[in-house]
Amino acid sequence: MSEPILRCREITHYYGRQMACQNISLDLHPGEVLGIVGESGSGKTTLLKILAGQLKPTDGIVAFAKEGGSLTLLHEMSEPEIRLLARTEWAFVHQNPRDGLRMSVSAGANIGERLMAIGDRHYGNIRAAAVHWLKQVEIDAERIDDLPRTFSGGMQQRLQIARNLVTSPRLVFMDEPTGGLDVSVQARLLDLIRGLVRTLGLSAVVVTHDLAVARLLSSRLIVMQGGKVVESGLTDQVLEDPQAPYSQLLVSSILQV
Amino acid sequence: MTPVLKITNASKTFCLHLQGKTEIEVFDGLDFTLHEGEAVGLSGPSGAGKSSLLKLIYGTYPVGAGTVEIRHDQCWVDIAQADPSEIIAVRRRTLGYVTQFLRVIPRVPCLEIVAEPLIERGVDRDAAKARARDLLVRLNIPEKLWSLSPLTFSGGEQQRVNIARGFSALYPVLLLDEPTASLDPENRQVVLDLISESVAAGCAMIGIFHDARDRAAVATRQFDIKSTRSAA
Amino acid sequence: MTTTSAQSGQAKGYNFAYLNEQTKRMIRRAILKAIAIPGYQVPFASREMPMPYGWGTGGVQVTASILTPEDTLKVIDQGADDTTNAVSIRKFFTKTANVPTTTHTEDASIIQTRHRIPEQTLREDQVLVYQVPIPEPLRFLEPRETETRKMHALSEYGLMHVKLYEDIARHGHIATTYAYPVSVSGRYVMDPSPTPKFDNPKMDQMPALQLFGAGREKRIYAVPPYTEVKSLDFEDHPFEVQKWSEPCALCGARDTFLDEVVLDDEGRRMFCCSDTDACEARQKAQKAGQALDEAS
Repeated sequence: MSEPILRCREITHYYGRQMACQNISLDLHPGEVLGIVGESGSGKTTLLKILAGQLKPTDGIVAFAKEGGSLTLLHEMSEPEIRLLARTEWAFVHQNPRDGLRMSVSAGANIGERLMAIGDRHYGNIRAAAVHWLKQVEIDAERIDDLPRTFSGGMQQRLQIARNLVTSPRLVFMDEPTGGLDVSVQARLLDLIRGLVRTLGLSAVVVTHDLAVARLLSSRLIVMQGGKVVESGLTDQVLEDPQAPYSQLLVSSILQV
Repeated sequence: MTPVLKITNASKTFCLHLQGKTEIEVFDGLDFTLHEGEAVGLSGPSGAGKSSLLKLIYGTYPVGAGTVEIRHDQCWVDIAQADPSEIIAVRRRTLGYVTQFLRVIPRVPCLEIVAEPLIERGVDRDAAKARARDLLVRLNIPEKLWSLSPLTFSGGEQQRVNIARGFSALYPVLLLDEPTASLDPENRQVVLDLISESVAAGCAMIGIFHDARDRAAVATRQFDIKSTRSAA
Repeated sequence: MTTTSAQSGQAKGYNFAYLNEQTKRMIRRAILKAIAIPGYQVPFASREMPMPYGWGTGGVQVTASILTPEDTLKVIDQGADDTTNAVSIRKFFTKTANVPTTTHTEDASIIQTRHRIPEQTLREDQVLVYQVPIPEPLRFLEPRETETRKMHALSEYGLMHVKLYEDIARHGHIATTYAYPVSVSGRYVMDPSPTPKFDNPKMDQMPALQLFGAGREKRIYAVPPYTEVKSLDFEDHPFEVQKWSEPCALCGARDTFLDEVVLDDEGRRMFCCSDTDACEARQKAQKAGQALDEAS
C-alpha cells in the first residue's frame, strides 16, 4: 500500500475550556477522498482547519508528505513553508466563496494570483492559464475580466475551485463545498469536483453534513459526534451498514426523495 | 484448482441500536472457498442472506467474526481486517461487484459510467470508451442513450448499464447480484454469455440468480445459504 | 532666486531644526535601520509638527534629524521651488535652523522633495528626502497591516503583480503612472512616493542617499547610494516611461518631465519642464551660448 499523503495522530483541540475535537487519528492515501460527516458542532470544521495547517491543535500531530518527500510534521515547518504549501500543493475550498476569492479583482486575476505568487511574470501565459481554468470549471471565458461580485453563487464557487487548482495542488480541503447552493447548482458542482478529482488524481478531505454529497465524492468516511470519531470506514460500509448508534441515527434520518 | 477466495467461520449479525438494540443474525460459522474458473450460484430462500454474503465479501458489510480472504497481487488480504485503503485497492483491480440496482448519479452520461472502472485502472480514456461502447452495443442500449444519464432509463436499461460497467474491466473475482432480473430473454442470454466468457477466461464468479434455469446455465456448482445458519 | 546665507539668526526658544535632540536621535536610529535594510519600512515615533498631517511632516522630521549648520537646503514641490509648500517648509527651516537655502540643485547638500526627483544627476555628497503619504505599496489591495507585514517579511509579492495584471486587462497597458512600485535590491517592494514613473529610473544606482519619511503613517525607509531599484513589470509588458510629443517650450529639453500649462480659454497650452531649476539652468546656458555666438 502506498505511503499516506496526510496523517494525523491524536488530534485534540480546545477552544478555551470547550472541547472541539478529541483524540482523532487518520491517514489519507494519495488519490483518496475522505469525507468527514457530522452535524453542527461535531468538530468537523475544526478538524479540517487543523489538517490544513490553519489552526494549531492543542495536542496531537499532523504530517504531510511533500512532492517526492516523506511525511513531515507540520509544526516542524516554518511559517513561510506552510504559507507556500497553502499556495502550491494544497487547496482550500471555503464554504462561502467570498472567503476564498478576492472580490475586488477580476476573475482572471483571481485565478492568476497563485501563479504570480510563485513567480510567473509573463502576462500572456498567465492569462492563457486563466482562460483554460475558466473552461475547466465551465465558466464562460468571456467573463475573465469581470469581477466576482457579478457572478452567481454557483459561479463564484466554481471560480474559487479554479483559483485553487491552477497550481496543480495534490491535496484539496473542502469545507461544505455545496452548502448554500441551489440543488441544481449543487449537482453541477459536485459533478465538476468529482470529475476533477478523478482526472487530476487529487487527494481530498471533504467536510459535509450532507450524506449524499459524502456518498458521491468520498471513498472513505469518518462520522463525528461531539468532537469524537464514532465510526470510520469505507463510504458504502458506513452508509449501508452503520455500526455505531449515532451513525445509524444519521443514516436513517435522511428523507427519501 | 487455485483458490481465490477463502471464507472461514464467518458470522454476521445486524444490531439495530435505534430499535432497542434488536439483533438480527444473518449467518454464523460460514465456510466457503472459491476457485479460479469457478462460477458459483448462491441459492436459498429470499432473506436468507445471499446479498448479505456478497456485501460481506465486498466489504460493504463488516464481518462479526471469522476471516474473508481474497487473493490480491499474489498475497492474501483479509477483508475483515484490512484497512479501507487496502480494500479500495482490492476493489479496483481484483474484486468486481454488479449490484442489484444501478446507483445513478445525475449528469454523468452512461458511456462514462461504463468506462469508469477501466479509467480508474489507468487505461487510456479512448480505449476505455471504446470497450464501453462495445458492451453497450452488446447489451442493446441504443446509441442515442449513450450520452444521457441513466436517470430516466427504464429499470431494465439501468440494469444493463450496470452490467456493462461490471464487465468493462476484467476482475479475477466477480460478484453478481441478480444480474438477469428484469431482463427480456434476449438480453438475459447476452448476460449469461458475458458470464461464461469471463469464467472461461479464468475469472471466478459468485452469482445470485432468481431464475433456476439461469443459475443452471452458468453455475459450475451451487452454494446454499440456508444450510449455514446455526441452529436457533 | 539665489543662494542666501544665514540671515537674521535662528528664532529664539527653538532647538536647532525644531526637534529636540532625543527625538533626532530616535529618528536617526530609524534612518540607520532603514539604510541597513533597503526598502524596508521602519516604524518610528512620529512627532507633532507645526503643520498638519498631509503637509510633509515625515519629510520635515527626516530633514530636521539630519540637518547640520553646514548644510545647504533646497525644498521643491512637484519640481518647483516657488510653490506654497516649498516656500513654507524652506521658511520653517530658515527660522528654526538658520541654514543657508538654495534653489540650485547642484549647490544643495540636502534636497527635500514632494513628488518629484530633480532632473540633474545627484552626487554622493547629497541627500534626497522624499515626502511620503502612504508608504505601503500593498495597502490598496490588502487593507490589513498584519497581512502586509507578513507579505513583506516572507517576500510574498504576487499580489503586487495582480494589480499590474488588472491594469493590463482593463487598459491594455500598465496604467499606473505615479507611485509605481519598485523592487529594491531584489528584496523589498517599495512605494517610491507619488513621483511620476518617469522618475523611477533615476532611483536606480543613484549616487545620493535617498530617505523617505511618512509622518502620518509613522514610517521611514531608505535606499542607500548605488542600490538597484527595479520597477515591477511583466516580461511581455516591460516598464516604460512617459513620453511627450513636444519639447519644453522654454528650454527645448526633450528628456525631462513636462507639465502642461493651459494658456487661455481657447484651448492653447504649452508644455514646460516641471523641474524649474533645471529649466532655468538650461535656458541660462543657451543664452550664454547665444551671446558667445553673437560675440564671435
